[in-house]
Amino acid sequence: MTAALKVDNLAKTFSISGGLFGGQKAGVRAIRPMSFEVQTGETLGIVGESGCGKSTLARMLVGLLEPTEGTIEIEGKALDNADPAAFGRLIQYMFQDPVSSLNPRKTIKQIMEAPLKRLYGMNRAERDARIDEIFDSVNLRPEFLERYPHEFSGGQAQRIGVARALAAAPRIIILDEPVSALDVSVQAQVLNLLRRLKDEFNLTYLFISHDLAVVEAVSDRIVVLYFGAVVEIGRAEEVFSNPKHPYTKLLADSAPVVGRPLKAPEQKDSELPDPLNPPPGCAFATRCPRATDICREKDPALEPMGKDQFAACFHPLEG
Amino acid sequence: MNFVRLIFRNRLAALGAVVLGLILLFVIITPLLPLQDPDVTNTADRFLPPFSEGHLLGTDHLGRDLLARLLYGTRVSLAVGIFAALIAGTIGSAIGIVAGYFGGRTDNVIMRGVDMLMAFPYILLALAIVAALGPGLFNALIAVAAVNIPFFARNIRGVTVSLAGREFIDAARLAGMGHTRIILTELLPNVLSTIVIAMSTTVGWMILETAGLSFLGLGSQPPQADLGSMLGEARSQLITDPHTSIIPGIMIFLIVMSINLLGDGVRDALDPRLRSGALTRPRAQTLVDRGDDVPADDQKGILNLQRLSTQFHVGPRIYKAVNEVSLFVKPGECVGVIGESGSGKSVTALSVMGLVPSPPGVVTGGAVRYEGEDLLDMPFEKLRQHRGDRVAYIFQDPLSTLHPLYKVGDQLKEAISVHHKVSDKELTNRAIDLLKSVRIPNAENRVRNYPHEMSGGMRQRVGIAMALANDPEVIIADEPTTALDVTVQAQILALLDDLRRERGLAIVFITHDFGVVAQLCDRVGVMYGGKIVEEGSTTDILDHPAHPYTKRLMACVPELGGGKRELAAIPGLPPIVSDLPPGCAFAPRCDKATEACKQGEITLDGSAHKVRCIHPEEEVA
Repeated sequence: MTAALKVDNLAKTFSISGGLFGGQKAGVRAIRPMSFEVQTGETLGIVGESGCGKSTLARMLVGLLEPTEGTIEIEGKALDNADPAAFGRLIQYMFQDPVSSLNPRKTIKQIMEAPLKRLYGMNRAERDARIDEIFDSVNLRPEFLERYPHEFSGGQAQRIGVARALAAAPRIIILDEPVSALDVSVQAQVLNLLRRLKDEFNLTYLFISHDLAVVEAVSDRIVVLYFGAVVEIGRAEEVFSNPKHPYTKLLADSAPVVGRPLKAPEQKDSELPDPLNPPPGCAFATRCPRATDICREKDPALEPMGKDQFAACFHPLEG
Repeated sequence: MNFVRLIFRNRLAALGAVVLGLILLFVIITPLLPLQDPDVTNTADRFLPPFSEGHLLGTDHLGRDLLARLLYGTRVSLAVGIFAALIAGTIGSAIGIVAGYFGGRTDNVIMRGVDMLMAFPYILLALAIVAALGPGLFNALIAVAAVNIPFFARNIRGVTVSLAGREFIDAARLAGMGHTRIILTELLPNVLSTIVIAMSTTVGWMILETAGLSFLGLGSQPPQADLGSMLGEARSQLITDPHTSIIPGIMIFLIVMSINLLGDGVRDALDPRLRSGALTRPRAQTLVDRGDDVPADDQKGILNLQRLSTQFHVGPRIYKAVNEVSLFVKPGECVGVIGESGSGKSVTALSVMGLVPSPPGVVTGGAVRYEGEDLLDMPFEKLRQHRGDRVAYIFQDPLSTLHPLYKVGDQLKEAISVHHKVSDKELTNRAIDLLKSVRIPNAENRVRNYPHEMSGGMRQRVGIAMALANDPEVIIADEPTTALDVTVQAQILALLDDLRRERGLAIVFITHDFGVVAQLCDRVGVMYGGKIVEEGSTTDILDHPAHPYTKRLMACVPELGGGKRELAAIPGLPPIVSDLPPGCAFAPRCDKATEACKQGEITLDGSAHKVRCIHPEEEVA
């Protein structure tokens, strides 16, 4: 099986210029060099808290941000974003905020037509047929096409977002917090729709979210990010029930679960390190109950631990 | 049309529109009017006063008819002003859009150039341009337009920068659009209204500037009249024959005044904040209009909401946000209110202390009793003393509830000193103690932090410290952990739980998260469509949900540890509270609904575990 998406040593540093006449430039390392693969037809979940670099990663994958180093390969070919049309046919992005990702001054039809026109150069009749087909798959009524985005609820707008991403007929869709703006009862509708579409169109998903339970419910494998680096990768059913990295355990223990008594999980500090001045060694060391001297000096590498599971830790949890 | 009605609601703007309309009408039909030739001199009739025979407004120093010169001059001035505004608006907006869209170095270079242009006194710049091109009306027009380009460029750049970061621009890029197409089809329609507003407010100004140049002899050349050159020519006779100056002066005044009034009206009408009423200042206390419908005190708990109803009256629509909600909380108890967005849970919380903005909010029925006293009945000064002192709030987003320009210590001190006279030293000590009580490490130094120097979790701790500042009896927490990361949420929930046990606090906890409710709350009320549909102890509700909505909502929530799976969903959408169906609001989405569910009021039945349903999932006791 070929990897649908392969990321090799991908990193992003945002330079902070010292003003117009600034001398020394400082940099914020939003993503530290990371590598992973997504198989065709797989859903890879990416979890992490605010500031861990989830959105920066997503924006690099769809070409909205230029990586500082590293390569992205789609279906064995190095990604070339010189031709936006070729690029858009391979990978699409679904936005977090369903309403603000739709231009308020355009009708849904105009929004839906843009990728068909730009990426495939379809004529009017072909476009109409394709839009009908897509709207049918995502359970949207055709009369919505003449309306404007503000007339829709969050759930409907997010379906339109799904429809737009599908219109490009991409191989891979990056879903960036696709349900976090939705109510619980509507969230499940969108998640189930995404699952059905994946089978129907043989898609590969990267599912980014801060909600562990949602990620676990939809993903095959899960990547846990902390402070711009991968701390753990593993199969969805393993990562949270049998975490190797102390940060993954902290995440799993923090999620409120019906029937579990309320208790703040074990950690020393809740502050993230200063991104302008990151500490040497493991970024989680200041919060980690298992940290020792080596953790504060050397950055642990991602190592295989158990079946299909990798963690970057000098003192992984047993079990 | 709605837009026209909005403009005419503003009387001054309507006046401006009428005056400007009349002037435009006269100017357009000027060539058809039986006027004398404005440029024919007749030195025998110099300086005739107004109302002379054959010369309604008199004549000027060359004996030319003032009325004709005035109308033709106004024609020229208006045309120059409008053209200058169009040119400046087009070029300036183009510069602004390009700078704002591309950002970075492009933006820097363009905007520094614009700044340099702006740094010249505008009249000097205009003089320099006219001096270089030579005097003449057309060159004056170019000068005035050039001088105003920076204004448009700056304004439009600001709007564009905020739009260029929006997701729909990224989406357009992913749809394969190039930069030009994105600017023309995605950005321009969204900044067009700002451009129109900026133009309508600057036309008057441009007419003045053109008149200024003409006054100095650099604009229109004799014998052609425009308002500025008429004033300039009349300058020397200001004392002897004032009418020659006053007449064009009044015309300039009328034009500029009417354009400015109308421009302000247009701006206000187009501003979406104004349309939604967000710029109107709400009252200090929610309006209460409940007639005689005041339930008798049933002496439950320390805070007791009895059949509380709050509505929003927006135009002809009535949103029944909270509909006969009864809820009480005892000291040391935590009561959860759970619901989806639009279910009325936050409005319920805000109604307690009269914090729902009025207009449009109105409390239309029920009572809110704090230790037996009806808060809805209370005079404002007394209610204000209770706010924060007896009943305190914790809000969702600590970044927007803390003042960004004051140190957190000073904000805590203020929260105390509003209610209690305490010396400054004592206040500082109390502030430090409060930060310690919410487990903020290094509290002595942290009091001197500004909110932006703290992380989200720390800020929410300050928010909790502020709620605790006056040792209140009741805390109303409105989604206090929704904006926080999950590892921080766990800490904040544990802290709230400790505090209520240590201090005997009564907590009303508003949330949409069943996991949070399960861990923190003793009792829960489930809200749907502005009503409580189920109420009981947390274990009863979580283990034996009786209302189909509660049961199915819980099934929608994925729980950690379940692995990959299909999730249960509820078809349809939550109801809009301005258009609630009769009977049960959940009936259209409920698979157990029968005809009876869609008619008449359904009561909340049961004693300890209550449910508002004809076909409950479980029998309630």
